[in-house]
Amino acid sequence: MDFIISKYNFWIYIVLMMIGFYAMIAKKNLVKKIIGMNIFQTAIILFFVSTAFKKGGATLPILLDIHSTHGHGQGHAVAQQAIEVANYINPLPHVLMLTAIVVMVATLGVALAIVIMIYRKYHTLNEDEIIKAMK
Amino acid sequence: MMEQAPILIVVVPLMCALMTPLIGWIRKELCYPWVILTLAVSAGCAFITLNTVIHNGVIHYYLGNWPPPWGIEYVIDHLNAMMVVLVSATAFLVAVYSKKSIEQELPDKVVYFYTVFLLQVTGFLGIVITGDVFNLYVFLEIASLAGYALIAIGEEGAPLASFRYIVLGTVGACFYLLAVGYLYIVTGSLNMADLAKILPDLYASKVVLVAFAFFMVGIALKMALFPLHVWLPDAYTKAPTTASALIAPLMTKVAIYVMLRIMFTVFQPYFSIEFMPITKILLWAGIIAIFGGAIMALAQTDFKRMLCYIIVAEVGYMVGGVGVANAVAIKGTVLHILNDVVMTLGLFTVAGIITYKMRHHNLDDFKGMFKKMPLTMAAFVTVALSIIGVPPTCGFFSKWYLLQGAVLAGQWMFVVALLFSSLINIVLFFRIFEIGYEFHTTHGTHDHGHEEMMAVEEAPLSMLMPTLIVAAIIIMIGLYNQPIISNLIQYAVPKI
Repeated sequence: MDFIISKYNFWIYIVLMMIGFYAMIAKKNLVKKIIGMNIFQTAIILFFVSTAFKKGGATLPILLDIHSTHGHGQGHAVAQQAIEVANYINPLPHVLMLTAIVVMVATLGVALAIVIMIYRKYHTLNEDEIIKAMK
Repeated sequence: MMEQAPILIVVVPLMCALMTPLIGWIRKELCYPWVILTLAVSAGCAFITLNTVIHNGVIHYYLGNWPPPWGIEYVIDHLNAMMVVLVSATAFLVAVYSKKSIEQELPDKVVYFYTVFLLQVTGFLGIVITGDVFNLYVFLEIASLAGYALIAIGEEGAPLASFRYIVLGTVGACFYLLAVGYLYIVTGSLNMADLAKILPDLYASKVVLVAFAFFMVGIALKMALFPLHVWLPDAYTKAPTTASALIAPLMTKVAIYVMLRIMFTVFQPYFSIEFMPITKILLWAGIIAIFGGAIMALAQTDFKRMLCYIIVAEVGYMVGGVGVANAVAIKGTVLHILNDVVMTLGLFTVAGIITYKMRHHNLDDFKGMFKKMPLTMAAFVTVALSIIGVPPTCGFFSKWYLLQGAVLAGQWMFVVALLFSSLINIVLFFRIFEIGYEFHTTHGTHDHGHEEMMAVEEAPLSMLMPTLIVAAIIIMIGLYNQPIISNLIQYAVPKI
């Protein structure tokens, strides 16, 4: 039980991912498949973001900056403070995920455009009916 | 200028892709020369880079001059250099080839087709040139997204085929991204060379093992390894001619390149081969793919669809070659990447010419083609002989190395699979030759008289030239395979 609670963020991402995966495989409606795909990708984004977190009061570097300016009143000391790695959350996974979000949105756009193409042609979004209509 | 060549290979098609709609807005006819010019520049830079690599060794290019583990780095060694030249030269030939077939199939979408076409090429080039695992993911998605769009504008049923490709392709890319995340958690690095340095101490970690497994499954989806190949035949059969001529040779081979990179650059060869039982799995996956692809190809009556199953079998060759896991077999695999791009390009350009002439791509459409289009069919015969593996053509040599490697490793099942697939290929292609020559003139004299009247009616020059060039390249690679191996491929093979 402790194993689950102490790493609950990872469990959430696994559950989300499986929900998305299930929708992609089992749903017959093409839009529902796309929604599943999106949940799947979002789960990965949450996973990345949660890996950036550090225990022990680490925050964003900008906040730290303002705080220490108040304390020391010296530009030089501020820079030193900001470099202290343990005090800020790793920003790189967030930056990576900005790119991944762009990729995700682009995938969503292309997928929706293709679904519109399919709908205009067959007037249905149900995969079985489309396959029946193609034959 | 010369030292900027590596970045220009990727940036020129990317920038020109974004400018294509503008050019098309001025005049639609300008798009075609514009694309050719772009890809000629890119291919030129690729050849310069290859030349530099052969003479001066590995190139490291730092983007924005940020030194590696922090900045993105482009690393061009012998394997990359070969892939970059392959991708850009293939794209250039397909661009030359595209004119007539696009005018016929997509008359009102020329501008957007070329835009997406260039983005697709950018994606492929980026994948093969980058030395950063996350950058590779982004380029993988650029290539895939452009591919989905290009496939979807094909013939009847293409949108649904493309949709299925999207779903599976996204799962593959997401698995890859997840693996990158796992490696980042334990190493804190995304640079391939840096990862290779940090990882050996962590090989016992479960996170690294899971990352490796996710990499393999993700890439297997992208390369259409047999049980995961379901998206491929529909997508490539229904795509527009030009799109399938570009995507079919490159997508699967680029994915195999990624697999080699992950297995032998990011991870050490001894990890991939001895630490994990992955090579055994790959070997059997390859064998099953060869059998599955070959048997399914026999059952097809549609020419393009048959080619798609041949691709599935060819992927089996290369994956199996990696699975054999000795230096000779991997040399065969790398050479086969080169050969297979050229051969598949040849097959799909011929399929495009048939489609252009007959409006269909069934096997029956080959009827009388040897009389009607002798040059095209000469090229087709060369390509077919290469796929079968007849000595002067390039297909023989890679198959020879694969066989030699398999015999050295005592993997007899793989030997059987290779020979079986060669036999099936003989059946497949000689069946088409038979249709092409019309040996069965069952309709008697009436039909015969009609045949005499049939004049030579070659494909348009813009389609014929690339096809003939590809046929010539096949024979050239076959004749000069020794210099190619000693100058290029032997350095691309990891030291095992």
